[in-house]
Amino acid sequence: MTELLIKNGSVFDPLQGIKGDRMDIAIKDGKIVETSTLSNPKTIDAAGMAVMAGGVDIHSHVVGPKVNVGRLFRPEDKLFKSPLKKSTRMEMGFSVPSTFKTGYDYARMGYVFVNEAAMPPLHSPHVHEEIRDTPIIDNAAMPVFGNNWFTFEYLKNHEIENNAAYTAWLLRATRGFGIKVVNPGGSEAWGWGLNCEHIHDPVPYFDITPAQIIKGLIETNEYLGLPHSMHLHANNLGNPGNYVDTLESLKLAEGYAPKNNFGRDQVMHVTHLQFHAYGGDSWGNVESKSKEIMDYVNAHDNITVDLGQVTLDETTTMTADGPFEHHLRALNNLKWANVDVELETAAGVVPYIYSPNVKVCTIQWAVGLELALLSKDLMRTYITTDHPNAGPFTRYPQVITWLMNRAARDETMKTFKWLDRTIESTCIDSIDRELSLYEIAQMTRAGPAKALGVSNTYGGLAPGMDADVAIYHLNPEDMPSDPAAIEKAFARCAWLVKDGVVAVRDGEIVAEPAKRTIWVDVKVPENTQVQRDIYEHFLRHYSVQLENYSLFEEHLHNPRVIEVDTTQ
Amino acid sequence: MKTVILTLTNPSELMLEGQNITPDNFAGKKAAEIATLDVWEGKQKGPLGRYFTVEGDGGATAAETKIILRGDCTRVKRIGQQMTAGEIIIEGNADMYIGGWMKGGKIHVKGNVDSFCGIGMEGGELVIDGEAYHHLGSSPRGEWRGMKGGLIRVAGNVGNDTATFINGGTIIIGGDADIHVSTHGEGGTVIIKGNAKGRVGGQMVKGDIYVYGTIENPLPGFKLVDEVEQEVDGEKARFAHYIGDLGERHPVSKGKPVYANIYTRI
Repeated sequence: MTELLIKNGSVFDPLQGIKGDRMDIAIKDGKIVETSTLSNPKTIDAAGMAVMAGGVDIHSHVVGPKVNVGRLFRPEDKLFKSPLKKSTRMEMGFSVPSTFKTGYDYARMGYVFVNEAAMPPLHSPHVHEEIRDTPIIDNAAMPVFGNNWFTFEYLKNHEIENNAAYTAWLLRATRGFGIKVVNPGGSEAWGWGLNCEHIHDPVPYFDITPAQIIKGLIETNEYLGLPHSMHLHANNLGNPGNYVDTLESLKLAEGYAPKNNFGRDQVMHVTHLQFHAYGGDSWGNVESKSKEIMDYVNAHDNITVDLGQVTLDETTTMTADGPFEHHLRALNNLKWANVDVELETAAGVVPYIYSPNVKVCTIQWAVGLELALLSKDLMRTYITTDHPNAGPFTRYPQVITWLMNRAARDETMKTFKWLDRTIESTCIDSIDRELSLYEIAQMTRAGPAKALGVSNTYGGLAPGMDADVAIYHLNPEDMPSDPAAIEKAFARCAWLVKDGVVAVRDGEIVAEPAKRTIWVDVKVPENTQVQRDIYEHFLRHYSVQLENYSLFEEHLHNPRVIEVDTTQ
Repeated sequence: MKTVILTLTNPSELMLEGQNITPDNFAGKKAAEIATLDVWEGKQKGPLGRYFTVEGDGGATAAETKIILRGDCTRVKRIGQQMTAGEIIIEGNADMYIGGWMKGGKIHVKGNVDSFCGIGMEGGELVIDGEAYHHLGSSPRGEWRGMKGGLIRVAGNVGNDTATFINGGTIIIGGDADIHVSTHGEGGTVIIKGNAKGRVGGQMVKGDIYVYGTIENPLPGFKLVDEVEQEVDGEKARFAHYIGDLGERHPVSKGKPVYANIYTRI
């Protein structure tokens, strides 16, 4: 196969601690190799450019039924925003782009791995069909467990072993990647028109609390030793004063240590933390509590977080947090979609406009950036926009620019209608920190890869890893003073090499190397009780037969299996 | 003002997508350049000159450009789409989306038009001497921010779903309107000089509708409050005044809820 040599670039690889050293990266047969092993390589001259591993997104809603609901009920999101380009498939949409645009845009930004944040298990065939149709980028998808009847019943009695057996079965049935928890208990309570706003509110009928669910799932995750940790969308999202609940949720991880063979150091990943860091008791006096939250996160290294940065766009919110979406539609009076998924979850979709003229939105913007800028360990703090909830993923370059450049933040803040009140309610104006390219590499590739337990393959440039390399038009020794230049460089990478194939050149797609589906296959001892429980539930409660539930092989596209064996 | 005359001499087999036929696109171009602009027949792109003969050059700016379309344009869509200034005269019928998303200038259609004309309109004037079909001055599919401004005047009847999600501007209909007028409206004015069929003002929050004739099936969400005399489109008349839609949320201004109004002539 082809050999490739990326010469003289400034390499940033936090997994190996390489901080912008000028060096060559050698690629052979789709893997990174020692430079000495190449015989007659093609070369890419990366002099004066930043070389990083392909980007890894830990939390993004890109495939599956609720994304498609978003596409269906927002035709206006595509209007006049679907340029026809040569040599690629039709690209449509802004906040909920078509599968093709999703793959291409991630590739243009230099990303190679995207973790779909919420897969309703019953609809996993749909998720996998859309994964197949999303070009270039590798995908994994996390099934949701936080409102699952099986999980409730096992965890209520603290049957970790049984819950682990069920979890292993469901991961295999859906070809899933890890344990996602969305508003634990709350989305099930939504079936009664209720919610669990606090972690000690009991779930109706099941009589289990969100705290029990979270702790039980951490224990299940570590019992199995999965690559990724329990991935939590905490209770009481998006409400003033919710930082108290968030801190309580974070504290549930205390006393747990990671047990896995994948180099992961955390037991809990808390996602879109920005939505969970508000003080005050009404929308009138909502304020940032990023300091309180980050003080806790900084002091506890068994927790990782991602931002959920608000990008001040018109977007489409979608989450398996059904009650929250209902609450949101009452706030903005726009259209609303609501879906119940039998024994598993309940999702909602509502369009939302984050406007620089609205005080709450600009405070949200500040909170997200503060979380990153107050973080003492950027290997545990990742850039996301909770795509598309706080903004589309295509705004990552803008988020990176805000983090790297105080002037860029100031420029954006000048457009705020309620600038004084935003500054009063946040600490963004008092922070001068500007992140370096090394820190950005930590937040966008090395860190997320490590937290997902895939840092032996993704997120770094050590020999033996996948040859996924992003090269940006940014010279670390001569960084542009104009923030727009930084944004442009990250939006359209100079080169993206995926599996040793040049996929992007100067921001344009030039090839579509095969993409993969990553899933976790866990071997557990035979558990007849769980087998019987599954059989019974399908007999009594599901609308489908057990035989038709599991994903059929033909839905799975180009799999890469991560094997975990708990029987030894 | 300079005039460009387009004559449809070689009609397309499929419908023609003519969104490039605007004063904005013609401005600053010679006749020969205008003939090279793209139009689409199905999935095939071709030059405007394949279908139309082009006489005359465009003006220096859109505002100084006038376009006259001759020949049977019944199957030409999107004329004047997103135009900001200047003038278009269509001497016969035209197809869908005429004047869609227009921001300024004037379009005068001497015949009939099909559906979706004047949708998402923000300004300017669209005058139709004949009839219009469905979704006149409506919001684009899925969009909750409909017509923002401008004037649409139709001499004849209109189809259903007129002025959905209207936010501003005025629509004057000389004839009758089919069902659904100003659904979800949040502003603007619709004047129907003939009769309306029904579902007039459903889920309407704000804005005005005048019906000179009768509403065949009025909605129960509207309540008669008083009789008023008002000047509408240059003439004075007495109207029965209804407020609603009482089943909807309503914004509050100066401590009082704001309602949508329906006026029917007495």
